[in-house]
Amino acid sequence: MNAIWAIAIVVLKEMIRRKDFYVLFIITALITLVMGSINIFNDQSIAGYLKELALLLIWVCSLVIAIATTARQLYAEKENRTIFPLLAKPVSRAQLLLGKFFGCWLACGGALLVFYLFLAIVAASREHSLDVGSYVIAMLLHWSALAVVVGMALLGSIVFAAPSSNGTICFIVAVAILWLERHLNTVALQTGGILGTITYLVYFITPRLDWAFDAREFLIFHDPMPGFTVLGPALLFYAAYASMLLLTAWVLFRRRALNT
Amino acid sequence: MCAVIRIVEPILKTENLRVEFRSKEVGGGVKVALNGLNLAVYPGETFGFLGPNGAGKTTTMNVLLGFVNATSGDAFLFGQNVREPIARQRIGYLPELTYYYKFLTAEELLRFYARIFNIPKSEREQRIDAVLKLVELDHARKRQIKTYSKGMQQRVGLAQALINNPDLLILDEPTSGLDPIGRMKVREIIQRLKNEGKTVFFSSHELGEVETICDRVAILHQGELKREGQVSDIVREYNCDLEQAFLRIIGHTPQSAAAAEANPQPQAA
Repeated sequence: MNAIWAIAIVVLKEMIRRKDFYVLFIITALITLVMGSINIFNDQSIAGYLKELALLLIWVCSLVIAIATTARQLYAEKENRTIFPLLAKPVSRAQLLLGKFFGCWLACGGALLVFYLFLAIVAASREHSLDVGSYVIAMLLHWSALAVVVGMALLGSIVFAAPSSNGTICFIVAVAILWLERHLNTVALQTGGILGTITYLVYFITPRLDWAFDAREFLIFHDPMPGFTVLGPALLFYAAYASMLLLTAWVLFRRRALNT
Repeated sequence: MCAVIRIVEPILKTENLRVEFRSKEVGGGVKVALNGLNLAVYPGETFGFLGPNGAGKTTTMNVLLGFVNATSGDAFLFGQNVREPIARQRIGYLPELTYYYKFLTAEELLRFYARIFNIPKSEREQRIDAVLKLVELDHARKRQIKTYSKGMQQRVGLAQALINNPDLLILDEPTSGLDPIGRMKVREIIQRLKNEGKTVFFSSHELGEVETICDRVAILHQGELKREGQVSDIVREYNCDLEQAFLRIIGHTPQSAAAAEANPQPQAA
């Protein structure tokens, strides 16, 4: 456990000392604040539009942070050759992967906390009310969904040859899941036949990132928040999916020769 | 005439170690990087591991450190099979030309490695102080590694290799790419570790340095062990310095060098 935690701390320090997060946060903050300062025809629902825009930006930024941070981890270790003194210590490859996973996931959690805090402050300043619980649940779901994205990028860094290809593929896949998955079962029903079966198969094996994305509904439109019976299984699903991706990454990585 | 009988167990041992690499090209065949290597390094020795480029030195180290699995044969550290991570608890390893996490300071880097070894917090700080003093980086401990010169980076590498107070140090070309002052400093540190009774296993192309520091050497060529013995015995036997003896052992002649350059062998590792 010590080794996993030690590796995770190094990942966290890297994120804190790099500029990526700060740049993305400043861009999000600037866009949100500029949009928030516009008041069109005294429209009372402007706060809703503002939150929708800010949440979309937060989702894009969180995907960029999760994928960019994770995708470069193993490549950087190999390129700078730090993987050799690290694995020459009593650290197993499973511990290395787990350390990288938790480091990246915690880094995403830290970034999300800052983003959601900013969103809550901006929204509260316009709506003059703050429902802390809905922000906490939305962030929790978002963070859990990012565990799947981090797992995917970590697996990609073992499968793909370059961090750029891994990052691009992961980003396209994540956006495609968010955008298209909710429509896949309708498409499957309409298509029918073998193509319909394949579409259904894709629908069932892809991670349901859209569940977390839909948390916007109760933040923007003040829909009723999901109860524990909905939230619990969703969180368990993300945990199970991330574990499966990590297990696959470990199976591929454990016997791979590392030549110095 | 009396033979010296060793009764101590070797710290590092390989038994008929064979490593093959399959070419990634279609029909590329198999390249034998190591062929039946038997080595034994005993406590307190400074052991030089020599050979031309592509001889199999780094492959041997990669097997010892668990980076590459042997095709056949076994390797042991402190009697433990190198496939078990626990075998690496009492070793320190310095790879060739590593660029440590540049966003960390030397102190943070050493704290990270110390945590991996589960060194208690109180002891951890003392250990960091001691190794930073030993490698003469105490003054730069709070600076990020990205500001370090090459020599300083190599010394921080030595510091990380020493953080667990290892009984065995494995150094892969520790002075490679350093200027004369950097080399001298690293050599002095190795000498100091030798005087402290540490076992040092290192590869180097600097044969003058090996002759000065090492007790025994093994000479590898094309994946096979050509010679193993006391430096003094080899020098006496060939009646020349270690460099000349090395060239004669691997069968180097100006003609063979020209032939090798005309038909280069693919490097396995």
